[in-house]
Amino acid sequence: MTASTHTLPPNTSVTRVMTLVLACLMPGVLVYVWQFGWGIVINLVWASLLALGIEALALRLRGYPLKPFLTDGSAVVTAWLLALSIPPLAPWWMTLVGMIFAIGVAKHLYGGLGQNIFNPAMIGFAVLIISFPVQMTQWSAPLSLAGHAPNFTESLSLIFADTLPDGVNLDAIISATPLDTVRTGLMQQHTLDEIHGASRIFGQIGGVGSEWVAAAYLVGGIALWAFRIVPWQVPVAFLAGIWLTAGFLHWFDTGRYAAPWFQIAMPSSMLGAFFIATDPVSGSTTPKGRLIFGLGAGFLTVIIRAFGGYPDGVAFSILLMNLCVPLIDAWTQPRVFGTAKD
Amino acid sequence: MRTLHRFPGGIHPEEHKAESSARPIHAPFIPNRLFIPMRQHIGQPAKPIVKVGDKVLKGQMIGQADGYVSTAVHASSSGVVTGIGLHAVAHPSGLPDLCITIDTDGHDTWTELQPLDWQSLDPAAVRGYVRDLGIAGLGGAVFPSSIKLDPKNQPIHTLILNGGECEPWITCDDRLMRERAEEVLQGARIMQHLLGAQTVIAGIEDNKPEAIAAMQAAAEKLGLQIEIAAMPTRYPGGGGKQITQTLTGLETPSGKLSTDIGVQVFNVGTAYALARAILHGEPLISRIVTVTGHVLGPQNYETLIGTPMGELVMHAGEREGTTGLIMGGPMMGFDVQPEAPVVKATNCVLVKSAELFPPKPRELPCIRCTECARVCPAQLQPQELYWFARAKNFGKAQEYNLFDCIECGCCSYVCPSHIPLVDYYRFAKSEIWAREKEKHAADIARERHEFRLFRLEREKKEKAERLAAKAQTKKAEAPTLTTDEQDAKKKLIAEALARAQAKKAGVAPKNTDNLTPEQCAEIAEIEARRARIREMAKKTIEPEKHL
Repeated sequence: MTASTHTLPPNTSVTRVMTLVLACLMPGVLVYVWQFGWGIVINLVWASLLALGIEALALRLRGYPLKPFLTDGSAVVTAWLLALSIPPLAPWWMTLVGMIFAIGVAKHLYGGLGQNIFNPAMIGFAVLIISFPVQMTQWSAPLSLAGHAPNFTESLSLIFADTLPDGVNLDAIISATPLDTVRTGLMQQHTLDEIHGASRIFGQIGGVGSEWVAAAYLVGGIALWAFRIVPWQVPVAFLAGIWLTAGFLHWFDTGRYAAPWFQIAMPSSMLGAFFIATDPVSGSTTPKGRLIFGLGAGFLTVIIRAFGGYPDGVAFSILLMNLCVPLIDAWTQPRVFGTAKD
Repeated sequence: MRTLHRFPGGIHPEEHKAESSARPIHAPFIPNRLFIPMRQHIGQPAKPIVKVGDKVLKGQMIGQADGYVSTAVHASSSGVVTGIGLHAVAHPSGLPDLCITIDTDGHDTWTELQPLDWQSLDPAAVRGYVRDLGIAGLGGAVFPSSIKLDPKNQPIHTLILNGGECEPWITCDDRLMRERAEEVLQGARIMQHLLGAQTVIAGIEDNKPEAIAAMQAAAEKLGLQIEIAAMPTRYPGGGGKQITQTLTGLETPSGKLSTDIGVQVFNVGTAYALARAILHGEPLISRIVTVTGHVLGPQNYETLIGTPMGELVMHAGEREGTTGLIMGGPMMGFDVQPEAPVVKATNCVLVKSAELFPPKPRELPCIRCTECARVCPAQLQPQELYWFARAKNFGKAQEYNLFDCIECGCCSYVCPSHIPLVDYYRFAKSEIWAREKEKHAADIARERHEFRLFRLEREKKEKAERLAAKAQTKKAEAPTLTTDEQDAKKKLIAEALARAQAKKAGVAPKNTDNLTPEQCAEIAEIEARRARIREMAKKTIEPEKHL
């Protein structure tokens, strides 16, 4: 058999797709550093090194060539998505455990690139939040609110040696996320207004600092769509799912359920909408299916945030929708040219 | 101005037309040896009607159309037949095929040509003439034109002249329209007459402004009611279903032809060949071939059918660093040997080099990005078809409309994982065809076996009846049997009859009762022929795709 097409356009490769994803994450990363300090940079580099190491090991064990698969960029994308989903000062071993499950289990045990039914980064996240719930709530405080802003070396030793800077206690560095604050407050029978009044973590729409990160993810996400790497259906449906579900609950009981704009302004919502739910491998491939996938994931995110046992629901909602993909795809096959119109 | 419609999907690869389109069509040269394949069209190959040692004249028929879906083959120049046998041909499989070898004498002496008074002749007679002059679609699918010019039960309202030429590098239709627009339109006029079409539209992609102007001028000069439409340049805009939609807005139903919706599409080259055939009596013995890519002088050549492609490349100036030849364009063409001769389907010989056509990067796994689905003009889900083809899940592949794939290669072109998707679809299609063939053969064998069982049972029954009748007469002569014995016998016979009838009911569902073995053989033969035709019909879903 001859090769089907003899000519190819320049710059079409999996590496290009993955590099563009990383490039479009950059605005979010930069704002993250600006608002929360150096921790995230260390975590991103550490996660990337782990991802490449585990990927190389898995490829070696499976007898695959290293070069084409290590340079495809997919492992680094997984690493960044996981690193951006966990607290930026998370200890080194947590990232290690997360990456082993993301790359080793969710990706390679399922057959490697293109074969995984679950988003690898979200599997890593799920393992971590189930196994180490306390560490997973210790997020960096926004620099504007922190009692102490750890510099690069202090962040490094905190992550790798678990040593705090002299004379600084942990509470000066970390804080609960806005969602976590809401959750804890509600469990103590406070109303949303009371919770908002009692904490400085809340910003204009979402959280101090984090709402800017969310905005930067949105900018990067729109760029990703403009580069035609992600389809519009998934992020739009995902955010619509959050907005509609949260809007209904908020309308139902304003004192108990967080406002839709607040929910959308969480960085996890924007990261999920544009960078995680849009993972082509584990997502739906039909236009209608993507709308269903996004809406379902958005709906479940809010349901888990409001009624579940975890402060955030993006990871679990996307994993649950990953499960439904074969069914969604089979049900939403688009019309083929020359067949009867619906 | 006609409102143009947009077909789904498509891509815009680098055009590379300027390399070969600037120079006029080069006059034909006569190679020392011509290799003329008998299978140059879709359907049954032509039957050789000359012997080794025969002298032949230019334009003399050397292969006769064999059956309805077939067309004749002619000597492209005068000379002596020196061989009838297998020779390398242009086919993706790379297998040789039956060719007639002619050692040319250099005189290029024509046989007697007879122009045809097409307006006064019966259309059926004209079609027979078209078949005997070897006219087949020159857009690439080489479907016998005599069949496409027969409207049968389906009236044709629109005739489309396909001057799309959407494949990169190829410019043979562009040059043809620039230089011979009048004859193209005369051919279209004959086609319109035979089809009874009210509307004639010529669709030309707007990257060929000179061709559009030339066609418009020719239409005015001849005073023909023909629309010249400039279509947006987008591959595969010259595909039969695509050009039909662009120009008429009509969507060709899945698994059907554009004729089913009253539209017939002919390549402009075919119209030209038809005009030469009808108005001058010239059979199809040459065509315009774009020789381009890694050659010194890329140009269009009027080329005798049977000229080895390597010789054609030599004429255009072979260069160091040639890595191979493609017949057709870079999207749908396939690799050929330089010994393979130019045939009616050869619109382009594209010479490869490592710079122009670097080896494909390594194939990576599919990441389901659905770029392929976005560019698919058939609106298929190529990424799903790929999984099904890979998993040999052919039933599912058919369910997902595998056979609506026109193999245009847009999906392979955009795939970031560099998966040769079309190869997977061709593999799946050929496997399905092979299985259907096998199943059909098994069906015939089973029917034969069942018929044999039925026959044996019937013979047994007849024998029993004969014996019973005999016994009856015996009984009449000597009624010595007791009633008990009679009853037992009757019972036996009744049982045998019931058995035979039950078997017959289960075995013979059709009107094949009481047939002689000869009749059965005949039926089997007819069935086999039907199967062949069905298969041909399947293969020719796109009779006139000029991509």
